[in-house]
Amino acid sequence: MTDLVDLTAAQAAAAIGRRELAARELFECYRDRAAADELNAFTWVAQEPPQAGDGPLGGVPLAVKDLFCTAGVPSQSGSRILEGYRPPYTATAVERLARAGAPLLAKTNQDEFAMGSSTENSGFGPTLNPWDRTRVPGGSSGGSAAAVAAGLAPWAIGTDTGGSIRQPAALCGIVGLKPTYGAVSRYGMIAFASSLDQAGPLTRDVSDAALLLMQMIGARDPRDATSLDYPGSVSLPTQTDLRGIRLGVPTELSGDGIEPGVLGAFEASLELARQLGASVERCQLPHATHALAAYYVLAPAEASSNLARFDGVRYGLRAQGATDLLDMYTRTRHDGFGAEVKRRIMLGTYALSSGYYEAYYGRAQRVRTLIARDFAATFERFDFVVTPTAPGVAFELGAKTADPYAMYLNDICTVPASLAGIPAISIPNGMAAPPGGGKSLPVGLQLIGPAFSEDRLLSVAFALEQALGFDGSAARR
Amino acid sequence: MSELEAVIGLEIHTQLKTRTKMFCGCELSFGEPPNTHTCPVCLGLPGALPVANARAIHFALMIGFALGCEIAPQSTFHRKNYFYPDLPKGYQISQYDEPICRGGELAGVRLHRVHLEEDAAKLIHVGESGRIHGSERSVVDFNRGGTPLVEIVTEPELRSPAHAREWLTLLRATLRSLGVSDVNMEEGSLRADANVSLRPAGSSVLGTKTELKNMNSFRFIERGIAAEIERQRQIIESGGAVEQETLHFDPSSGRLSSLRSKEEAEDYRYFPEPDLIPVATTTEMVSAARADIGELPLDRAQRFEADLALNADSARNLAFRGELGDYFERVLESTGVEHAVAVSNWIGQLVARIEDADPADTNVTPQAFGALVVLVGSRAVSGAAAREVLDVLVAEGGDPQAIIDARGLGSLSREDGDLAAIVAGVIAADPSASERVRAGNEKAIGALVGAVMRETRGRADGAEVTRLIHEQLGT
Repeated sequence: MTDLVDLTAAQAAAAIGRRELAARELFECYRDRAAADELNAFTWVAQEPPQAGDGPLGGVPLAVKDLFCTAGVPSQSGSRILEGYRPPYTATAVERLARAGAPLLAKTNQDEFAMGSSTENSGFGPTLNPWDRTRVPGGSSGGSAAAVAAGLAPWAIGTDTGGSIRQPAALCGIVGLKPTYGAVSRYGMIAFASSLDQAGPLTRDVSDAALLLMQMIGARDPRDATSLDYPGSVSLPTQTDLRGIRLGVPTELSGDGIEPGVLGAFEASLELARQLGASVERCQLPHATHALAAYYVLAPAEASSNLARFDGVRYGLRAQGATDLLDMYTRTRHDGFGAEVKRRIMLGTYALSSGYYEAYYGRAQRVRTLIARDFAATFERFDFVVTPTAPGVAFELGAKTADPYAMYLNDICTVPASLAGIPAISIPNGMAAPPGGGKSLPVGLQLIGPAFSEDRLLSVAFALEQALGFDGSAARR
Repeated sequence: MSELEAVIGLEIHTQLKTRTKMFCGCELSFGEPPNTHTCPVCLGLPGALPVANARAIHFALMIGFALGCEIAPQSTFHRKNYFYPDLPKGYQISQYDEPICRGGELAGVRLHRVHLEEDAAKLIHVGESGRIHGSERSVVDFNRGGTPLVEIVTEPELRSPAHAREWLTLLRATLRSLGVSDVNMEEGSLRADANVSLRPAGSSVLGTKTELKNMNSFRFIERGIAAEIERQRQIIESGGAVEQETLHFDPSSGRLSSLRSKEEAEDYRYFPEPDLIPVATTTEMVSAARADIGELPLDRAQRFEADLALNADSARNLAFRGELGDYFERVLESTGVEHAVAVSNWIGQLVARIEDADPADTNVTPQAFGALVVLVGSRAVSGAAAREVLDVLVAEGGDPQAIIDARGLGSLSREDGDLAAIVAGVIAADPSASERVRAGNEKAIGALVGAVMRETRGRADGAEVTRLIHEQLGT
């Protein structure tokens, strides 16, 4: 059985293709591992493999973040307000992957409505980091990241609004890709911040990420007005050097506030990139220092509206014993939402209020435009921008729950690409000790590219991955 | 104190007659069982996303052209946020600072804007009153939710309740002629709110306005506005100040009640709908919308006047109630245009009998109606008898000639010996009137004609009777 778990998803798919492995055997292996999960990575695990297409993904089963709607299967977005909610339809991304041969294995735990960087905000309890169970796996796609890192699922998808795929991938020592905004349909994703949310793969290696992404993009989804026909294509990466590649290192995102261990690993990977033939130079993203502030206006503003539908009228929780309509709304939302969700609804409601709109929402939108311009200017001189994915390694459970701002700082390196709507990937970049010392933990390296540069981004990530030679097998034991 | 004048603005919502809803593929519902025309999008289920209906955008552009609006090269959808059980997403997708059309003018009244949005679902209050107060519980029917709506906002340029009603009638006819809406006020496919304020006559400053909500007939709009003007006049003339509030007009009592005051007004937290991309109005869309616009009511009235010799009032009466204009033209197909004036006059008779109904929905076919008018014109039936025939047509339908024959309503003519005999009898019965006529008193003949008409129950032709009297009296 452990032999099976050592296979990457691409290797497993190939083995199934060669009839050396039965898809059912692989499914049962992972189903049993998922069912025995001790990390609280899952909110639901399939009993039997659902019908899956005979596609290029070979029948390798997929773990899916809770917030993707899956017909007849609990889809709760980590919230008690949707406890037990089983939607009547399936999200486009999940449906495309199932048709391509990746049947649903399990739903994964997440921060409530994707609001968080540690999965501690889940209404169904925190997920533990497989490298150290006293630590968080990151978030909000922490369940997906932990499941893949721990070998409880061959691969997974999550969503990224300000770093929710890349940061947990970094903290769990796996690969996480946030595609260009509009590349993957959002239809059926329970929305956090509509103008930022984007689905993407969380996988053991870059090839697996490419394989999943290929099936997620393509023709635009007629059900998502913001989705786009993907220009060009994505292929399996093969590049092993970085000759001619120009990497920019933004001063603003590679110094202040980054843990020394993370910074050390980052510098080492830059040196490795040079050895592979890349040019590595400093660059400037002057407005990136304002990205977090803009993000924490825009995302809560959209969320305050997106979460208005959870009112107890049609589905999910409805508080009992209400005296009138307003009382029913108030009690339902009081009981159903967790503290962080309430905090962001209040922030967003305030930011959109009459008299404050221009000062907050309007100004944040302008900052967003400036950040996109910073990137556009940088990509005239550089092919990709590289930063650490997260400012630190996985932190201890509870360490930041009392300090929202400290928690928000986890997104400092990932938020700029989200605001610009451009693709970014996090790959494992070795291990580093936490600031107080102790057992080393995974570190992530982030590569950011121009819109629709996923194919080249995966190629460069693949070359670096091969050279770095990260071994994540310890987390699967 | 100087005279007060009313300043009235209208805000009209019209449901578009598209096949599907504004942001999903559900077909529009016409009285189907509750919650059968729904999907994840119009139920506001988690994860569902809106996609704008291209046909609705086309219709909005047609309306924009018909009203002479400026068409925006790009318009955006916004979210209007508020909680109510008929609003499944907790926000209505509407347009805010970038509507699809701005400005425009119809019959001298300028327009502020025209925009697209989605209709709310329907709340049904179960219990005695049928209104929210006193009901046991409320249920929601989402069939209507998401129906495309166009909102048309006028500048405050209407001057009286009658003006508001007349203008709204023209707007309704204009929308109807475009074929973009059923424009039925009773069924809610056309709804109007009115903003009302008073100011000293001749002043250019606007007074505090109140908003009258959802009056569902032309008559109620006129009455509601009149009642509100009177209410405000009394407040101002007694030295008080009008408060800004939203009012409900109860047509049965004629009373106005407050729905909410300014302090209770909601902050809708408008922001651009991130699930939709802006609507770019291409030249293709513009020319397609223009090409779909047929004759508009104002032009039609002009044509009725110029080509069919109708007087201005008749022409407008027919053209501004499009269904009357349509019926009129169908009748002319069977009678020929030489009967246009007579047909127009007789449609007045028909309207007196069917009131607000569409004549096409009544028992009176255009062919039967036309035949009746032709019979009157050829004096085969008198006016009074024809009105009786029309009563029968409205009640039962049928063929005018057959009704005339069956009921003996045909004109008594000169050749008809009966009429001459009746005239002779009347002359014999009233020697004094006969004498006065012989003496040259023309007015005296009226009594004799009247008597003949009574005898014949109106079947005789007046001119014919007059001729016969003169003939028999030798005058």
